[in-house]
Amino acid sequence: MAIDFQALSLSGRKRDVSNKDMTFMERLYLPAIAKGMGITLRHFFKPKVTIQYPEQKREFAPVFRGRHILMRDENGAERCTACGLCALSCPAEAITMTSAERKPGEEKLYREEKYASVYEINMLRCIFCGLCEEACPKEAIFLTEDMAPADYKREGFIYGKDKLVMPLEDKNLAYTK
Amino acid sequence: MELTFFIEKFAIILVVFGITMLIALYSTFAERKVAGYMQDRIGPNRAGYGGILQPLSDGVKMFTKEDFIPNTPNKFLFIVGPWLFIVTALMSSAVIPWGDTINFFGTNVILQATDINVAILFVFGVVSIGVYGIMIGGWASNNKYSLMGAVRASSQMISYEVAMGLSIIAVLMMTGTLSLRAITLQQHGFWDGANHWLSWNIFKQPLAFLIFLICAFAETNRTPFDLPECESELVGGYHTEYSSMKLGFFLFAEYINMFISSAIISIVFFGGFNYPGMDWVANNIGGNISTLLGVGVLFAKVFFFIFFYMWVRWTVPRFRYDQLMKLGWKILIPLAIVNIAITGAVILLRM
Repeated sequence: MAIDFQALSLSGRKRDVSNKDMTFMERLYLPAIAKGMGITLRHFFKPKVTIQYPEQKREFAPVFRGRHILMRDENGAERCTACGLCALSCPAEAITMTSAERKPGEEKLYREEKYASVYEINMLRCIFCGLCEEACPKEAIFLTEDMAPADYKREGFIYGKDKLVMPLEDKNLAYTK
Repeated sequence: MELTFFIEKFAIILVVFGITMLIALYSTFAERKVAGYMQDRIGPNRAGYGGILQPLSDGVKMFTKEDFIPNTPNKFLFIVGPWLFIVTALMSSAVIPWGDTINFFGTNVILQATDINVAILFVFGVVSIGVYGIMIGGWASNNKYSLMGAVRASSQMISYEVAMGLSIIAVLMMTGTLSLRAITLQQHGFWDGANHWLSWNIFKQPLAFLIFLICAFAETNRTPFDLPECESELVGGYHTEYSSMKLGFFLFAEYINMFISSAIISIVFFGGFNYPGMDWVANNIGGNISTLLGVGVLFAKVFFFIFFYMWVRWTVPRFRYDQLMKLGWKILIPLAIVNIAITGAVILLRM
């Protein structure tokens, strides 16, 4: 039995291409232009969806993950103990830190005996996945709703403790779960 | 007497020049706004309230840019090109009747720079000189894309001028005059009592209007016939090598052409400064009020057609070059000749 290759359609979505001549009205082209102009005129009067950015800001989703913050506890001491779990969990390898031992008299500054003397996040590497936030056993690092702002130099994107640690006066622990 | 005549005409020319420039300036802004609105955007709205100062900032930008002249043996022609284009664009506004007579401290002033009896011929002549601006500019740029754009522009304008002229002949057969003022006055009011028909030429010559409109789009190099400057094929067409205010002149002249051709369409086909009930206004309220209202009506018509130009630009895609030539030579010209024959037959039958 010969196979009719012309009628064969494996996907079942085969369609015959029609190449019929246009009718006179279609060749006249003007009705089509009038129809198209009707469409553009309808769009002319449609409400615009533009958000005027600096004045108007779009609401972020509640799960939005922006730039990081290193939290302090209710007494204003840094929570981070430089355990390195955030750096370990980071898929982009953006986090690096150096640990140090707390000296006597620094109890106000650091909550536990060990703390991060250097804590750096490379914002160009960071993919804002939030795994550091999930890995942290001390609830020290959180991702806020702020954007990481633009910079002219690559060095400007390596955020140290000066940019990451929560300012002392900002005592509302809004990001604590 | 001579001096007052000179002052009167000089004032009218200055005012017309100023208004033409202002409208061209704000057409660039309107174009961007219309484009934005038709694409569900807002368009420029940062400079001034609602972006109203945008044309000024564009102008400042144009003036402060580097005035680059390419390595060409025709520096003089390179400079003359945009100059010629904008001068010819502005010249055709001289014969346009902006309004009827106005009584100004006892003297009757015609709101028109000059009422010559060959106004339509003058407009056609000046518009065809405008091609020289594009041609010289594109050729002197020493750039193959510019040359291609210039060649396209000139062949397109020459082709469509034929159909345009033939379409207007049918109208001239009815009016019997080439003066734009006389043509406007013939379309007095809105209802032509003698012929029991609407008095505007659009109702008497719809086919001529359609042909004229399409040709006007081609003559002003607007989409769907903007092949001389199509960005996707020829970089910028004839003004690829231009920068600073020379480019500004080219772009500006395009908008002036658009304004002037809108005015010609309004006057020849849509009754110019005539509006329904103008006799009643002239008799009951005052002649000057009626004239000023007529000027307003003419500008409303002109603005509608400028909007129409933009509306079409952001709707219809560009024609292919062979389609353009086919439309011009094989469709519009025969259609215009048929229209002339029909008009002649109707005039003979009514005699």
